Amino acid sequence: MKIIGLIITIMTGGFLVYAAGDFPAWSDPSSPASTYLSPYYIEKAIEETSVPNIVTAVLADYRGFDTMFEATVIFSAGLVCFILLRIMGRKEPETRHYRHVLTGVTVTIKEGRKIPASEEFERIDDLWTPPELIIKTACRVLIPFLQLFGLYVIAHGHYSPGGGFQGGVILGASIILLAISHDLRTATERMREKVVAILCPVGVAIYAGTGALCLLLGANFLDYGALASVLHVDPITARSHGILMVEIGVGIAVMTTMIWIYNNISSAGKYNQGL
Amino acid sequence: MAELIPTIIAKYNYWIYITLMMIGLYAMIAKNNLVKKILGMSIFQTAIILFYVSIGVKKGATIPILEGVHGHGAAHQAVHAADYVNPLPHVLMLTAIVVGVATLGVALALAIRVYNRYNTLEEDEILAQIRKK
Repeated sequence: MKIIGLIITIMTGGFLVYAAGDFPAWSDPSSPASTYLSPYYIEKAIEETSVPNIVTAVLADYRGFDTMFEATVIFSAGLVCFILLRIMGRKEPETRHYRHVLTGVTVTIKEGRKIPASEEFERIDDLWTPPELIIKTACRVLIPFLQLFGLYVIAHGHYSPGGGFQGGVILGASIILLAISHDLRTATERMREKVVAILCPVGVAIYAGTGALCLLLGANFLDYGALASVLHVDPITARSHGILMVEIGVGIAVMTTMIWIYNNISSAGKYNQGL
Repeated sequence: MAELIPTIIAKYNYWIYITLMMIGLYAMIAKNNLVKKILGMSIFQTAIILFYVSIGVKKGATIPILEGVHGHGAAHQAVHAADYVNPLPHVLMLTAIVVGVATLGVALALAIRVYNRYNTLEEDEILAQIRKK
């Protein structure tokens, strides 16, 4: 198998090297990729959408359908991880361990008994290692600024590098950082499974709903110029606002999908302390 | 030989992507462990992303974000396509990176299910267990 694989790999590489002879040289301004469609985007994007970041304009306006179904693919991937891994209605183990946060004393509780509902006890697993104090403190300082930066990247995607995908990944990473530095239970307390599962389709629905709103206002699907009558601005500025709406939808969908996938994979669907 | 070297240097982005692609393809075909196969798929994907982004580069051009324009009335200035890199590969790869992470998650979830069922991630051991039934 290894020999066959090596032969196939070398043959593919040989074909690609042979084909690379016909490809344009590095950073050639007159290469085919840069001569047909892209000059139109670069020269007309600001006139037609009033968005200085051409990447955002092409992503959410000219190629709006592509991005909408990319968001749907991401949502489906999150859903598939949930369906494959999540263990529903699992029996609680007979003995459970609780740790008193202030003193560090661990209490073991037999089946049927309960501890008084208190903030001072946290549930822990059989194999529990104490989180490092330095890492916990550093992440606690870091996470709010990460989330603020994620919001900035989403909201400022029109004027600087950024947008829904990048900002959504940063927001998702901030919650995953919380899950890594503390444990998964702390993260799911902040961002409950139900919230994640609801927000994920809501993000896709915001995108599709913006398109449907344009349809209701008498234009084509995802033709944001039609939003001008609702937003009381000229049609060109309305395109910029429409792009912001769909970017927010993408940001929510991407953030929750990253969290959903991480939660399910790191705990193999059990939602215990995780890694 | 003397004329071959400038050609090789002028297209070095293609050699890097081909090498990465071959590494990924070999890992996908020849490796026995499922997680290593998934990693190979990820390396393959990175090669494609590198290929697309390198195609968008233009000599003497800057990032595709117009400077000093603010929405209204910006249409007066002429924008020259030669001054900005091709935005299209960036758009395509931007979504491809995030979708790549999501599909990697699905692949890992499947690997976890396979491990739960067969208690191993080695391909030959899984196949032996399937044949035994």
